Amino acid sequence: MSTRSSRLAARGMVAPSVVLLLIWMVIPLSMTLYYSFRLYRLLSPDRTGWVGFNNYLWFFNAPEFWQALFNTLALVGGVLLVTVTLGVLIALLIDQPVKGQSFLRILVIAPFFVMPPVAASIWENLFMHPQNGLFAALARGFGMQPILFLEQYPMWSIIGIVSWEWLPFATLILLTALQSLSSEQLEAAEMDGAGAFARFRYIILPHLTRAITVVILIQTIFLLGIFGEIFTTTQGGPGSASTTLPYMIFKQAIAAKDIGRAAAGGIIAVILANIVAYFLMRGLGRNLDA
Amino acid sequence: MTRTLRALLGACAVGALSTAAMAETTITVATVNNGDMVRMQGLMDDFYAKHPDIKVEWVTLEENVLRQNVTTDIATGGGQYDVITIGTYEVPIWGRQGWLVSLNDLPAEYDVDDLLPAIRGGLTVDGNLYAAPFYGESSMVMYRTDLMEAAGLTMPDAPTWADIEKAAAAMTDKSKEQYGICLRGKAGWGENMAFLTAMSNSFGARWFDENWMPQFDQPEWKATLDFYLNLMNNYGPPGASNNGFNENLTLFQQGKCGMWIDATVAASFVTNPNDSSVADKVGFALAPDNGLGKRANWLWAWSLAIPSSSDAQDAAKTFINWATNKDYLALVASKEGWANVPPGTRTSLYENPEYAKVPFAKMTLDSINAADPNNPTVKPVPYVGVQFVAIPEFQGIGTTVGEIFSAALAGQKTADQALAEAQAAVLEEMKASGYIQ
Repeated sequence: MSTRSSRLAARGMVAPSVVLLLIWMVIPLSMTLYYSFRLYRLLSPDRTGWVGFNNYLWFFNAPEFWQALFNTLALVGGVLLVTVTLGVLIALLIDQPVKGQSFLRILVIAPFFVMPPVAASIWENLFMHPQNGLFAALARGFGMQPILFLEQYPMWSIIGIVSWEWLPFATLILLTALQSLSSEQLEAAEMDGAGAFARFRYIILPHLTRAITVVILIQTIFLLGIFGEIFTTTQGGPGSASTTLPYMIFKQAIAAKDIGRAAAGGIIAVILANIVAYFLMRGLGRNLDA
Repeated sequence: MTRTLRALLGACAVGALSTAAMAETTITVATVNNGDMVRMQGLMDDFYAKHPDIKVEWVTLEENVLRQNVTTDIATGGGQYDVITIGTYEVPIWGRQGWLVSLNDLPAEYDVDDLLPAIRGGLTVDGNLYAAPFYGESSMVMYRTDLMEAAGLTMPDAPTWADIEKAAAAMTDKSKEQYGICLRGKAGWGENMAFLTAMSNSFGARWFDENWMPQFDQPEWKATLDFYLNLMNNYGPPGASNNGFNENLTLFQQGKCGMWIDATVAASFVTNPNDSSVADKVGFALAPDNGLGKRANWLWAWSLAIPSSSDAQDAAKTFINWATNKDYLALVASKEGWANVPPGTRTSLYENPEYAKVPFAKMTLDSINAADPNNPTVKPVPYVGVQFVAIPEFQGIGTTVGEIFSAALAGQKTADQALAEAQAAVLEEMKASGYIQ
């Protein structure tokens, strides 16, 4: 029963926080926009001025830009595919009543609490290192040449590392969803003669749709900005084979100290994120409506 | 009445305190977290005993973070620091831009003529010394004496690149994970490009001609890159495109490298029996040459400078004089021994018979003297710097070219493709920066 005046009062109450949030977002965004049209290099501050769209053009003409764009999307898509698929399977597994179940769950969730640069360092030096790594030792044990993960398959390796980090998150959310599925439904289906696969396909998977949507949306937000793992392992290389858009912006801002170009890259990243978000919400958003 | 008296007394006390505080100047020193700099912070009692009116606050950072912080502070006129620790790359650029205070008026006891000429030359712009060197280094060949002996070879004190290739081939035994040579491959202007630029000097290559035209399309660079790729592909460890200083240090200490060409400071790490499995089997030689009169060794000095935005320049000069003069070297030697004295800055240190007993002291001095930042390569160049080009744009283009060469080492590109890409990228950047009209 809201009257016009009570709605007005409610709006008045919310206004301060809305204004605050707006400032929170608008000031950095407009500063980035401003700098993206300026020539502003920290190392030669005497040369400044408006440059129109030059900073943007530089990005579009840079040979590594399209690769970086592709890598960014490949990273997001690859990690989502791995984490959701394996997440569902692991959630099904640890949902089974077994001895030491709570301990098992803690073990599965543990990787999520390892900080990204630490996780990347561990993978680089203890697993993938061509001389000292575990994989190299295994390969030599079988009489094979060690695989040069970070040199020959840099993007695959990074997708692997990031997937390892984010798998527990997907598993956790999906497990919670699984636990809310009533066992009576499954038993009824079993009595009607539905096999294990049919039960999974027609009861469990539809039940998980919403949870999967949440996993995809939340992970996409974080995966678009993945930086630490790349910085720690390949530094975007060899060449630009594992350079993503955030890493390319970092290189312009920190290595080249070109604030104008970095700002233009930031705006491009914002636009890319919005495009991805638009398609995601259109494709998946309706799953979230009750 | 008594209350008024007390208040008066209190006011006097506050007044006395504040005059005492005014006489004391506080300076903020930004420095890098290497052993020599950390050691200095432990010796500050000596400074405070001599200069009770100056208080020093330290900001100690990792090398890359320090560079980012200091550059941002100085470029935006932040005025956060009174003394900054910078390298031979920054000094000529910042000095020319008027960002640093000239140190020509340091007291006579500083004895500026005692500085090693190569180091002093790298820190001087138009006759003004803009930074006082604290510690200097070059690069040299470190090799396994036992493997050389087993191969029936001897390493000359001043080897050529042909000697290096022959030794690398003889020491490589891939079945035992033993690689003839370990070199930097990780992309970065301070990583693989420091090594490759220094190496290219010995092949007679240069970054730019006198008109700032990039020279990657010239045969000298082709010879450099071909030789490097051939050496690394045949005798280097797999995955070398990810190896920087630290990775190679580990490999050498594990006994997996026959030779390693890198910073002279690494000598103390590979000969330290606590960390290195080959500590007693390491020999040293000058960086190789190709008979063209230039060697493949670089020159670097961490130095102390004063930003012109500092508001305590006199106190900062007093501090720099204390930290980099001969008395400081003697102070470190008396407390921690001669092996721990910051190397590579003063002629008098190398004339000291006590210091001559330190192993690798002579090879370090010879390496530093063999580098000339003002004439780095065979042909004339418009820039200063041995393993870098002292222009503001170099951090960016050096890293770009480093990535391209790193990709070539990983086998993604041929040497010709890499050189063509490097040429195009640098040419575009030099046009955008206004060097080429």
